[in-house]
Amino acid sequence: MSREDYEVVIGLEVHAELSTKTKIFCSCPTEFGGEPNTHCCPICMAMPGTLPVLNEKVVEYAVRAGLATGCEIEQNSKNDRKNYFYPDLPKAYQISQFDRPLCKKGSVEIENEKGEKVTIGITRIHIEEDAGKLNHDEFGGGSLVDLNRAGVPLIEIVSEPDMRSSVEAENYLRKLKSILEYIEVSDCKMQEGSLRADVNVSVRKKGETKLGTRTEMKNMNSFRSIVRGIEYEIDRQIDVIEDGGKVEQETLRWDDVSGKTFSMRDKEDAQDYRYFPDPDLVAIRLSDDYIENIRKTLPELPESRRERYIKDYNLSQREANLLTASKYLSNLFENTLAICNNPKATCNWILSDISRILNEKEMEPNEIPFDENHLAELITLIEKGTISSAIAKKVLEELFENVNMPSKIIEQKGWVQISDEGAIKEVVMQVLSENAQSVADFKAGKDRALGFLVGQAMKQTKGKANPQMLNKMFVEEMNKM
Amino acid sequence: MEIYELTVHELLEKLDKKEITKQEILASYQNRIKEKENDVQAFITITDAEAKEQLEKNENNNSKLAGIPIGIKDNICTKGIKTTCASKMLENFVAPYNATVMDKINNEGMVMLGKLNMDEFAMGSSTEHSYFKQTKNPWNLNKVPGGSSGGSAAAVASGMLPWALGSDTGGSIRQPASYCGIVGLKPTYGLVSRYGLVAYASSLDQIGTLTKDVKDASMLLNVIAGHDEKDTTSAIKEKKDYTQALKNDIKGLKIGVPKEYFDDGIDEEVRESIKQAIEKYRELGAIVEECSLDIAEYALGSYYVIACAEASSNLGRFDGIRYGYRTKNYENLRDIYRNSRSEGFGAEVKRRIILGTYVLSSGYYDAYYKKAQQVRTLVRNEYAKNFEKYDCLLTPTAPNVAFDIGSKVNNPLEMYLADLCTVPVNIAGLPGISIPCGLNSEGMPIGFQLIGKPFDEETILNVAYTYEQNTDFRKNKPEFRN
Amino acid sequence: MQVSKEEIIHIAKLANINLKQEEVDTYLGHLEEILNYANIVNKAPIDGLSETIGVNEAYNVFRKDEIKESFPREELLQNAPEKQEGMFKIPKVINA
Repeated sequence: MSREDYEVVIGLEVHAELSTKTKIFCSCPTEFGGEPNTHCCPICMAMPGTLPVLNEKVVEYAVRAGLATGCEIEQNSKNDRKNYFYPDLPKAYQISQFDRPLCKKGSVEIENEKGEKVTIGITRIHIEEDAGKLNHDEFGGGSLVDLNRAGVPLIEIVSEPDMRSSVEAENYLRKLKSILEYIEVSDCKMQEGSLRADVNVSVRKKGETKLGTRTEMKNMNSFRSIVRGIEYEIDRQIDVIEDGGKVEQETLRWDDVSGKTFSMRDKEDAQDYRYFPDPDLVAIRLSDDYIENIRKTLPELPESRRERYIKDYNLSQREANLLTASKYLSNLFENTLAICNNPKATCNWILSDISRILNEKEMEPNEIPFDENHLAELITLIEKGTISSAIAKKVLEELFENVNMPSKIIEQKGWVQISDEGAIKEVVMQVLSENAQSVADFKAGKDRALGFLVGQAMKQTKGKANPQMLNKMFVEEMNKM
Repeated sequence: MEIYELTVHELLEKLDKKEITKQEILASYQNRIKEKENDVQAFITITDAEAKEQLEKNENNNSKLAGIPIGIKDNICTKGIKTTCASKMLENFVAPYNATVMDKINNEGMVMLGKLNMDEFAMGSSTEHSYFKQTKNPWNLNKVPGGSSGGSAAAVASGMLPWALGSDTGGSIRQPASYCGIVGLKPTYGLVSRYGLVAYASSLDQIGTLTKDVKDASMLLNVIAGHDEKDTTSAIKEKKDYTQALKNDIKGLKIGVPKEYFDDGIDEEVRESIKQAIEKYRELGAIVEECSLDIAEYALGSYYVIACAEASSNLGRFDGIRYGYRTKNYENLRDIYRNSRSEGFGAEVKRRIILGTYVLSSGYYDAYYKKAQQVRTLVRNEYAKNFEKYDCLLTPTAPNVAFDIGSKVNNPLEMYLADLCTVPVNIAGLPGISIPCGLNSEGMPIGFQLIGKPFDEETILNVAYTYEQNTDFRKNKPEFRN
Repeated sequence: MQVSKEEIIHIAKLANINLKQEEVDTYLGHLEEILNYANIVNKAPIDGLSETIGVNEAYNVFRKDEIKESFPREELLQNAPEKQEGMFKIPKVINA
């Protein structure tokens, strides 16, 4: 049997760090980085006698995430302790939520590889605290515990096992990321680990209704490794079954370098989390008013923006999709429009050159170093003929290196477009004299020759000549000949 | 009369009249400690030098309690001074912060004379489970002082301290107060902040007072009560002056006496002594009626499930990594965990951790923990029913008087049964006070317990005070018999 | 209440406590005895009663999302059995 005979079942547990100022249970900052153990207090250290106090924003952000993904909000919620020993978990329990998560029964819509709409169910969203970090001691051979991250608030978004391919898993995660960014509850910086996923994969023969045994890949924090990991696991599990074996339920670590998964847990460490309600914290009760007030403050979500872009700005389905996939790109688009009111040009700049540079530099849209003022000025400068689009591309490259207003950049670099008629004429005459064959071609009706001549003139002026003027003047001069 | 024999309110009167000085008070207690600590063994840490410094530092503190000595149970964090919980695990632990109650004590300018012995992590009823020493009962040095706040009770009873703070999870203030013939008050759960109290069982633990009399209890409660934003389980209540409740008048007040607390399980002399107390209350004009509160055994069963479950989780943090004992014997992380915990915890602590881990483990949660939480509701309901009719309830504090050191240490269940009268009060989160009501034929103190409605400390304080003012039992003094 | 030796050994492992061979029987005996007593919770008339999680009936006690200064690191590390570079040192953990 081959891969086509199997159905793949994937579920994701996504952890998103909430962008609160302080930790979930104490007033230490959540800021990334910092010297080890400097964003800490006795509560982070789980010193004896210390007690947690819940950050109100954490509840609010989780409810926002729940509402944005169509969840029911649990009005009588609580915190529970999940007990296990690990050096990054100072209390030896994680304060999480067990049987009454803040949100449950939601869904998001994604597209599969065939472009069809698929609904992915969200089982639950709960709040919990992040663990600390273990660093290797390069010389002494030990591990070192840094608790700066301990207590950073997380939401865990658990999906139903509704995904059937790595593409669906990737699209689902992209969709969640975009929603969380839009509603501003998480900055979703995957490279900093503020968005990561545990990926559950199982396979079963097509037509089988019972789920196969699943494996769980922990802490995946790039789209690429998630797709690779899933593909690897699908192949591995099918191989095991085809060889007459049984897939073992286990927790795996994906290794990006070798492109393989490895078993993580020591078999002796049987997991039994002994959840029970945390007696140090009181109940969370959310009124209808509280929930409705949060619902009212939810910003416009990508779906609605997409429809609007198609309707109001005449963008294509594809363009609208790409722009709204990222809150940052979409915001850049809207904010730039507000200044220069040129939807087509703005969209093109964002989706072509800006996206290309982001790709080349392996940057995320939220890392774009300039803002709508820069982009709008750039577009206006082209409209006014101050620079050519060729120069504009160079200005854009420059904006990624040293942010400055485009007008300043072209001034400093001497990139102002040549629009002086005398200077243009001089160039035109010289190009014409050097390219008799092209002139003849043009006269013979080959329009392409004009493009060549303009190109030559641009080359001589290092792209600074005004292309419209060049065009016009070449035609005039050749007609005179 | 020696200074160390006075209550705090008597000390204040004499200070007011300038008959004594704060320095003399400190000297009197410090001398008394030198004299009696050898016999009683109540302290884990004695802070002689710090106390003198603290007194000087508060020379200009206008609080009326400035300069009054106090002792603190060694599970309450004191910045810069060891907090050991009487455990090898925390033998050298120095908290870099104060418990909220310590901040309050310090703000008053009170002077801490030392940290007091206890059962390890407050698990026990005899102070026999201390890693460091066996505290003796000042009335008879062969007997236990009770526990877990045994050091606090013995130190106050023997005049080494005018008063002390303890903690009470299932009777740990009231029972040793009863065994040592002093007053022990466990406030309503949530009245006093738990921040900085090393947790045994978070939903039951409460800091309270051990004092020579009821007026001192009211005064000390005034200091420590109040909401704390660092403890979300601490209640938001208006500040009260509890001394105002002491009216020495209980005419018409209704006291319920649950008949279940007077059966064969209770020592006969204890029963007799408490019956006399009941008669006294009738004489003083209270309406005392027999009532029913048939929940003691359910409550005790649920107590050991809940307390151990919470403890098993609360004590997970003692892992040999950030603070506390680390085994010398390790090669890998698992060795650090298992050996540090096995060597650092005593037998009783391990027993409760294992019991607690068991009742929370998969397959048993519903049968034990969940049921125990439901029993908690039952216990609260039963109390509530009685409080519809009565202003407070009266029971023995303990089924017996202080027992011989070593006599129960190998029988945990029998030891647990000694908490039968006090545990239900914690399960329901109610305020309870133990006050002395006599000596048995061997000269050991007997106490009874008054239980109040939630946050109605005033009633039980007044009822206790009225009894105390109209009887002479406080005049009995321990004799340090051998 | 019957508790098997395997069970108590498993529970001790979960709690990260070693039980010496000779301790297993003692702990087992005590555990069974206490569980037998605690089993009374299964006989209590609690049908239909809700669970009391904490006796405090307060709810929604939250903190504002405001940063307070973190603690001096040397004080946080002053009790550490072993430290290095401002961190707690432990034997090498695989998968870290």
